[in-house]
Amino acid sequence: MSATEEVPAVPVLVQAPPRSAMATWQRGALVLLGLAAALAPIFVLESFQLFQLTMAVIMALAVLGLNIVTGYNGQISLGHGAFYAVGAYATAILMSHGDWSFWATLPVSAAVCAGLGYAVGFPALRLGGLYLALTTFSLAVAVPQILKHRAIEDWTGGVQGLFLVKPDPPSWLPLDADQWMYLVALGVSAVLFLLSWNLIRSRVGRALMAIRDNPTAAEAMGMDTATLKTRAFAVSAMVTGIAGSLGAVVIEFVAPDSFGFGVSISLFVGMVVGGVASIAGSIFGGLFVLFVPNIAEEISKAAPGVIYGAILILFLFLLPDGFAGLLRRLAARWRDRAAR
Amino acid sequence: MDTTRRSLIAGAAGVLSVPRLAPAQESPGVTAGEIRIGSTNALSGPVSSYSVISRCLSAMFKRLNDEGGVGGRKVNFIVYDDGYAPPRTLEQTRRLVEQDRVAFLFNQLGTPTNSAIHRYVNQRKVPHLFLATGADKWSNPREYPWTMGWQPSYRIEAQIYAKHLLEQKPNARIALLYQNDDFGKDYIAGVRDVLGPRFEGMVRTVSHEATDPTIDSQIVSLAATGADVLICGITPRFASQAIRRVHDIGWKPMFFMSNVSISGSVVMQPAGSEKGVGVITSDYRKDQGDPAWANDPGMEEWRDFMRRFVPDGEIGDNNYTYAYGAGTTMIQVLRQCGNDFSRENVMRQAASIAPLEIATLLPGVKVSTSPTNFSPIRHMQLQRWDGRSWQRFGNVIEGAQV
Repeated sequence: MSATEEVPAVPVLVQAPPRSAMATWQRGALVLLGLAAALAPIFVLESFQLFQLTMAVIMALAVLGLNIVTGYNGQISLGHGAFYAVGAYATAILMSHGDWSFWATLPVSAAVCAGLGYAVGFPALRLGGLYLALTTFSLAVAVPQILKHRAIEDWTGGVQGLFLVKPDPPSWLPLDADQWMYLVALGVSAVLFLLSWNLIRSRVGRALMAIRDNPTAAEAMGMDTATLKTRAFAVSAMVTGIAGSLGAVVIEFVAPDSFGFGVSISLFVGMVVGGVASIAGSIFGGLFVLFVPNIAEEISKAAPGVIYGAILILFLFLLPDGFAGLLRRLAARWRDRAAR
Repeated sequence: MDTTRRSLIAGAAGVLSVPRLAPAQESPGVTAGEIRIGSTNALSGPVSSYSVISRCLSAMFKRLNDEGGVGGRKVNFIVYDDGYAPPRTLEQTRRLVEQDRVAFLFNQLGTPTNSAIHRYVNQRKVPHLFLATGADKWSNPREYPWTMGWQPSYRIEAQIYAKHLLEQKPNARIALLYQNDDFGKDYIAGVRDVLGPRFEGMVRTVSHEATDPTIDSQIVSLAATGADVLICGITPRFASQAIRRVHDIGWKPMFFMSNVSISGSVVMQPAGSEKGVGVITSDYRKDQGDPAWANDPGMEEWRDFMRRFVPDGEIGDNNYTYAYGAGTTMIQVLRQCGNDFSRENVMRQAASIAPLEIATLLPGVKVSTSPTNFSPIRHMQLQRWDGRSWQRFGNVIEGAQV
């Protein structure tokens, strides 16, 4: 695991996160700066832009979920939109049928998605690479239709979907609903990003990457690859599912049409553009999948898809290892100069 | 006497002009020279064939602007792509309302997509007018006073079939086959509107899922009830199967088919053109392929518009006749607004359209609304398949008053 020294030329998939060489005060300043940057939009942006940013944060969280299993563990999933949908529906069903509060639905949604992810993890053990990609893709295609099925229609609302109401801000906070939702999404995401960060830097995280880079060697070293892989799927599905819960409550409406396989593809695009196997890259991925289609539409109303594709290709050319790779290179250059 | 009268008139004019001018200045989306109107449509994605509706509407507003606009203002029609995904519709609608500050929303496409913004626009009190969807839930002025559909809903269509069949067969035994969703259930609601308490005694209903491979067993079980009328609220693929199956088992009911599923090439020919002879459906538009309208002034107006403003448009696509009708209605509402384009007044005018003939709609089909009637089109004419094409018959029928 000494890939860190030869940073730029290495393919992304065999790269471990670089060890930080920053001083403590620098790191502290960076955290404060990040916090200020994350909270500033509440006071600066108008409510529509804040709503968009909220959605971007949620997409970033969903991309993070995908990154855990695909980026760090090397199991390609094209079906994470399914977990996103299940999380959204878990929250919507509990809130609209059971009158639960939003916060109470989060653990349930997390548990349901983790369970589903765990179940999907088993066939994934026998299917590698492209076959797994297709299997998970079929999940993404199937879920919207399953949601319409008559047997569960009383719960899911069938094609017409379910309506829910976003939680009001607590009365002691002088915030409106959009500002509060941004704060909620930001808070939940921050916690999950932190937990994922810790997970990846732990023994388990190193094991996940070892399995990705060389499963035979990992197994020879005594790692229980089957357990780790299924659990990685479970954690990944859980994170994406929680993003789905947040998405449902921000949109205040869920319907099968909201969760077509395009969602899964968007998450995958977000992961690749942001940077495979990168926590910070997930944030850029979320921003990309939300804002770039809008930019594309502003450039050309007639063929937004073409422009989007062109921008995507441009990004892949200029940043082959994603935003995260760019940051890594800049940081490396900065460190080199400091060392001289 | 003279001075008093003059000052009275001047005073009255002053009083009248002040409240008219003042809100016009303050209304969102309205400036001295412009009215901004927003819409969303599937410009990309699997149903992007509907995007021609937005194209046609943009061209109509261009024609209006070329002719001097309305109320001294030009219309700026902004259309965003939602790819038919409800979360995107909400995002784009919020962009229109909060960032572009449009005066109101017009002809957004789709049932799930409009559902996602139904509450938002009503909370914000933004007029949400003449939607491109046939669901019945848009005409609910009591709970959603800012939302209004345009085309006859499936429920009104079913009411019209029920009215006709009661006239022909007062003691009919009715079989109703519907797709198990919002769309299909509107047909039950419509038939029930007309039959009232007699519904339970007269009607047998059977549903199917959009995912079922065939509906043969449903047809056979309905035939076994001995019904002499069949109403189908189903989509094209199943319509084809139903027409073939009913013919093959020798059942000869009075057969009504949802007007969603009447395309010659998609439904009737796959079913077997001769097997569908006698099937009845309905329409409210003039069919541009029908020779009866070759010299019709209304259709001439539409063809002239197409030639001048959408020269490369596919003239056989009936989304253009649809859009022309919806656009004409919108322009009528704008004209009615006078100089006050506040959201309140736009909604008030949209809810008070006196019966209006429209170039691309059948004679007798009139657009009209009132504060309690948010279903602008309530009339349709029946038509019957003769083996080659649909032949209109009888008078225009109005939906039931509910």
